[in-house]
Amino acid sequence: MIRTEEMLLNVGPQHPSTHGVFRIVLKIDGEIITDATPVIGYLHRGTEKLAEDLQYTQIIPYTDRMDYLSAMTNNYVICHAVETMMDMEIPDRAEYLRVLVMELGRVASHLVWFGTYLLDIGALSPFLYAFREREMIINLLNEISGARLTFNYMRVGGVKWDAPDGWIEKVREFVPHMRKELAGYHDLVSGNEIFLNRVHDVGTYSKEDALAYSLSGANLRCTGVDWDLRKQEPYSIYDRFNFNVPVTEKGDAWSRYQCRMAEIEESLKIVEQAVEQFPSEGAIMAKVPRIIKPPAGETYVRIESPRGEIGCYIASKGKKEPYRLKFRRPSFYNLQILSKLLKGENIANLITILGGIDIVLGEVDG
Amino acid sequence: MSNDQEKPFSEMTEAEKAEAKRKAIEEAKRKAAEKKAAKEAGDSGEVEATGGQPQNEMTEEEKSEAKRKAVEEAKRKAAERKSAKEAEDSNAASEASGEDEKAKAKAAAVAKAKAAAAAKKKAAGGETSEASGEDEKAKAKAAAVAKAKAATAAKKKAASGETSEASGEDEKAKAKAAAVAKAKAAAAAKKKAAGGGATGSGDDEKSKAIAAAKAKAKAAAAAKSKTATGGPAANDSEAFEEKPSPNQPILDKYVKVIKDNLGEEILEDSYINRLGKDVPTLVAKRESYYKLAEFLRYNEQLYFEYLSELHGTDFETHMEIYSHLYSYKNQQSVALKVKVDRDQPEVASLTPLWAGANWPEREAYDLLGIRFTGHPNLTRILMSDDWVGHPMRKDYEPYDVEV
Repeated sequence: MIRTEEMLLNVGPQHPSTHGVFRIVLKIDGEIITDATPVIGYLHRGTEKLAEDLQYTQIIPYTDRMDYLSAMTNNYVICHAVETMMDMEIPDRAEYLRVLVMELGRVASHLVWFGTYLLDIGALSPFLYAFREREMIINLLNEISGARLTFNYMRVGGVKWDAPDGWIEKVREFVPHMRKELAGYHDLVSGNEIFLNRVHDVGTYSKEDALAYSLSGANLRCTGVDWDLRKQEPYSIYDRFNFNVPVTEKGDAWSRYQCRMAEIEESLKIVEQAVEQFPSEGAIMAKVPRIIKPPAGETYVRIESPRGEIGCYIASKGKKEPYRLKFRRPSFYNLQILSKLLKGENIANLITILGGIDIVLGEVDG
Repeated sequence: MSNDQEKPFSEMTEAEKAEAKRKAIEEAKRKAAEKKAAKEAGDSGEVEATGGQPQNEMTEEEKSEAKRKAVEEAKRKAAERKSAKEAEDSNAASEASGEDEKAKAKAAAVAKAKAAAAAKKKAAGGETSEASGEDEKAKAKAAAVAKAKAATAAKKKAASGETSEASGEDEKAKAKAAAVAKAKAAAAAKKKAAGGGATGSGDDEKSKAIAAAKAKAKAAAAAKSKTATGGPAANDSEAFEEKPSPNQPILDKYVKVIKDNLGEEILEDSYINRLGKDVPTLVAKRESYYKLAEFLRYNEQLYFEYLSELHGTDFETHMEIYSHLYSYKNQQSVALKVKVDRDQPEVASLTPLWAGANWPEREAYDLLGIRFTGHPNLTRILMSDDWVGHPMRKDYEPYDVEV
């Protein structure tokens, strides 16, 4: 007679497929996970605590280091919060530059996810292709901001640098190139039978669960909830573009994959339109007081990052430093459902499920 | 950060570690009690820890006088430090390593240079708004310098045990140094305690002086902020409500539905947050917080099935939980707030209503010490399990000097 006994298995914090310093303690019975306890905080740097002693402009570089795969959206959320409090008008050209870099960042972020996700579940070459295209985006963002990952590009009231000569042209040329490559990814991966077997009906959850667990982004849209803050609560100038919100119904790893791949296409649409509408001249900064002091009170704003809903809460006492700053970090919220998903799963599916959530540990730990 | 009489934390045995920790905790508690007493002595509840504030109340003459004194003081201290260093170097019992001394000297030199730069900056400052920015910068710098100085001085004292009393300084400089150096001083005191408490009486005197100076600084700061901002501003947004917000009918509807079903007494307050995209804001009473949340979650007309965000804030007079709810069904937002007592921060957990409140509540517990009753697993989440204190509290003092 076969006898099994429960065993504790520790995964991480140093493990390549956790995409950072994430640790999970598993209870396994044979190959079946009976319990899973995520342990986080290894990358906690106390951004919110540090921010209490910093002026608003000084906080922006810290936000780069939270979700380091889409630093532009992080830059934007804090600027947006302060601008909301101060009721600022942002010049058009600045808004277009912001949208361009945020959407390029979204594409780059999804490319990293695509590459590493397939790497996790055993396909090596998509990673190389994805990073090849991502490199082009990084170069574009490097040209405009001077950094490849931690851009520190946005400011309260606008952006720091104007687009260099020919930059808009390069972005325009990038869009059809990316479309072509994206079709190539689909040829290579999306119909692959091994891949499909790994992701179909794995890590499935219902729409009710997704809402109860405060999931957002593709993790929510994969259950049929048509929700994208760019569309439903338009911020910046997103109401000027024509794009769709990809929604799938099944709530498994496969539908999350479909959602994200379709989002790349939609982002390219936005980039294309933004390039067409890009104002040929104009200021890139609003008239901003030398020292930024939002009025006393509080605000909470939320925007759509590649990983979901990123929010920023500021309590101000009218000083140049925030009294309290809080980021709603989508990866932190999205990760909560993990232990529920893992219970009863085969241990081989752990990586498929974890990777499918698309976390960035810098953001989980704040 | 090395104390010469003391083993580094990493080399201690378990028993020694536990002992050191216990001592440090006691010390922290004593400090907190002292601070509280000092706070009560000051006639205002508002606490301001910004070091440079009292300067604003000086006249120009006083300022320049203070500046001159500060420069002299810096020079005198540097000389003192130098002589102290020489004395120490000749002292065979001194176990300070060469690198340590070098680092200290370097820090002192940097501090001196900064003081000079800051003084120069200040001298250049004028009356325009731009200049006031410069002035503030210079002040910040001066504060940093004071901090560095206080740190080195405290370290010196702790290391050599000698009492190089700084005598006859002006009160302002002292107050400033004390305010910014409180953490450092606490650290030094802690070290002393861990080192065997040989210099206990000197320590006591010093901390007393610091407490007194701090109380003064706080009173001054509080008085200043009162005149400047017109008092604490938690609900100042209401003052802006001249023309009604487009969300006013929505808020009215919420309030009506709630009052019809749960009674008049359930809400402490409700208003439109003008600074936060006009979000309707409800302030619950602590006792009925869960009841109200449950109603918001399940009532057909409200049906906020999504918890977008939950966090706590330490407002010094009280704690506050802020949550942002969203109804996909009705496409509407609401902010739900509840005030919690600061000394006994305890409030009902929302995890039975929204599973997604689990980690955010753990985070609020970890960083602010708010206890959520009914939470399935209220443990630390971001800090390590053996962390002492709750870092986002405004009265937090790091107890581990290595961090």
